[in-house]
Amino acid sequence: MRRRVAENLTAYGFLSAALVCFAVFSWYPLARGVALGFQQVDFVNAPAWVGWENFERLFADPLFATAWRNTALFTALALVFGFAVPFLLAVVLNELRHFTAYFRLVVYLPVMLPPVVAALVWKWMYDPGPGLLNTALRGLGLAGLPWLDSADTSMLSLVVVATWANLGTATLIYLAALQGIPGELYEAAELDGAGVLRRLWHVTVPQTRFVLLVLLLLQVVATMQVFTEPYVMTSGGPDDSTVTVLLLLYRYAFYYNDFGTASALSLLLLLVLGAFTALYLRVTRKAEA
Amino acid sequence: MNSFRLRRAAGLLLATGMGLTAVACSQGGDDAASNGKVTIVVNGLPPQTQAFDRKIFDEDVAEFEAANPDIDVEPREGFMDPQTFSAKLAGGQLEDVYYAYFTDPANIIARRQAADITEYVKDVPHYDAIRRELRDVFSADGKVYGVPTANYSMGLVYNRELFTRAGLDPDQPPKTWDEVREAARKITALGDNKVGFAEYSRDNQGGWHFTAWMYSVGGQIARRDGDKWVADFNNDKGREVLDHLKAMRWTDKTMGEKQLLVIEDVQQMMGAGQLGMYLAAPDNIPTLVNQFDGDYADYGLTAIPDAKGTLIGGEGYMVNPKASPEKIRAGLKWISWKYLNPDRIEKNLQRYKERGQPIGLPVPPAADIWTGDIADRQTRLKESLATMPVGNFKSYVDTKPTGKVEPPNAQQVYAVLDNVMQAVLTKPDADVAQLLADAEAKVNPVLAQVK
Repeated sequence: MRRRVAENLTAYGFLSAALVCFAVFSWYPLARGVALGFQQVDFVNAPAWVGWENFERLFADPLFATAWRNTALFTALALVFGFAVPFLLAVVLNELRHFTAYFRLVVYLPVMLPPVVAALVWKWMYDPGPGLLNTALRGLGLAGLPWLDSADTSMLSLVVVATWANLGTATLIYLAALQGIPGELYEAAELDGAGVLRRLWHVTVPQTRFVLLVLLLLQVVATMQVFTEPYVMTSGGPDDSTVTVLLLLYRYAFYYNDFGTASALSLLLLLVLGAFTALYLRVTRKAEA
Repeated sequence: MNSFRLRRAAGLLLATGMGLTAVACSQGGDDAASNGKVTIVVNGLPPQTQAFDRKIFDEDVAEFEAANPDIDVEPREGFMDPQTFSAKLAGGQLEDVYYAYFTDPANIIARRQAADITEYVKDVPHYDAIRRELRDVFSADGKVYGVPTANYSMGLVYNRELFTRAGLDPDQPPKTWDEVREAARKITALGDNKVGFAEYSRDNQGGWHFTAWMYSVGGQIARRDGDKWVADFNNDKGREVLDHLKAMRWTDKTMGEKQLLVIEDVQQMMGAGQLGMYLAAPDNIPTLVNQFDGDYADYGLTAIPDAKGTLIGGEGYMVNPKASPEKIRAGLKWISWKYLNPDRIEKNLQRYKERGQPIGLPVPPAADIWTGDIADRQTRLKESLATMPVGNFKSYVDTKPTGKVEPPNAQQVYAVLDNVMQAVLTKPDADVAQLLADAEAKVNPVLAQVK
């Protein structure tokens, strides 16, 4: 009995520290953020309740629709690349018989690079003049591309950076899932005359379906919050082609000091992300059951 | 029983934790007058990387405190950063006396985030000798909310060495935008990725420089229409500026391939000897020399091309809206002693000169904010104590275009105008007239918010 008490006391001790941290750094700011969405504040006088005024200002801003459109485009492109590339990489890595540790490390390396550093390195590579990519293209006798300097290619250029920076984690998760597939399934498929593609489609994909779905949902939630790449590399340009929801939110808060409207926008984003998170929880619960 | 005790213990622990946090948050509060002294927290202390400027600041604090034993100055590093300003104010961390660029006072005043110092400013010596247009930046509706301490106007910084190599006379820098275009062609023709002229186009800096271009050709960004403000760039002047920029970028190809530049990118290009010219204030030259290990002799500064007007900017100090009357008085005493003190101009220049610092550029330690006798005396002193090739900046000093301040709601207006600059610099087929019309439609609602 006495031992149980001592154990519980320790547990409560740890718990209280976590509770204080969550209360101060998560729950209070969250509650304050919800309130701010309906207030106008100057941090000198008492906040004034303004009803839906902040939301009305948002809806009247032409950049509001642009930001959501751009974010949807980034998310869609990031899924196409960020979903397919790591999966294919994992399949290839799973087939390798030599230097496996080396290749896994190489694939994971970009994840270890701080995001801002990665963005700055890519910014240099995208330089349409002496940048690495255009120098390589010209070396092959091809014309250079404007990359970040054109509204037509800027978003795709950011997606490439985000995919490159994040594919390591997804690849390792896929790899773990692939290694969990019993070898007999492949042997049976091979005996039935299935080629590489048919084995991939009829064995690998169904066996990793759950992991694929969970990562897909997590990726939607993460990519919709894209900020670092457009902030560091384009500031939303050219011609607003890379203004994302989070970048617009940041502008309202820290360029215009309009924390009310910024909070209103963050509430809208919360609702959208909340829907995807609910879906994610449903999927994982279903799998556990 | 045990369970109850445990819960109570956990509750106590939680409460203690919260209490500690609350106490920690409330530290650093008002300790003014606790020992008969008024303590003022001021920013503007240079970082440790700027050892010389920091030492000067520390010496000034010591001298001021010795002369004013009832005031204790607590210096903090940094300047007013719009991105952290509100958070500092909300968290009670905003200094009593804080630095502000000319871009920000209008919004700070509109948001009531600065103290009304109208009554106190009467005690600031020589306040009336400060240029009126600079004082107006910190005033609204007949009330004063801050004092200007430094001023600059936009000019054209150029690389004298590249000018010489391109067959241009570095002592005869371009006077018009057409001459800039011609010089840019010759510099770009040197090859090796040399860029004739560079321009900013993001982080609101594109809009800022579009404003400077507009002023230079005699245009403006906004005008008063009755009791409200309206956009005033969708006209011949606006088209003239953008057509010129477009021609340099796409016809002449003298502005380099890489766009979406900000000031740091352009300074880097200039510091690396890759760039011929860019629009900048004089304070860019010490930055180029210090950061890129350059030589003052290699850089020239001339007046903004066409010179029908120029954008003026600068800095000043404002007071925390929560400051007590004692702190406001002490804060203004510090500002007027350190930054607005005609009796210390000669001593400051001497002090800089003796320690090997450049004297002669139109930048601090002698701020260009005065009128009348004080301005004349300062000019004479700077000339007599000059330590650098002042001839390189002569055309900038001699040409005196009309200085115009930034438009109201400058940051929001610049955000819209950034797009105009980006479009012209990144789209070969940009429709200048359409861009200006679209920008006007976006800027007018922003200006309509100005009271």
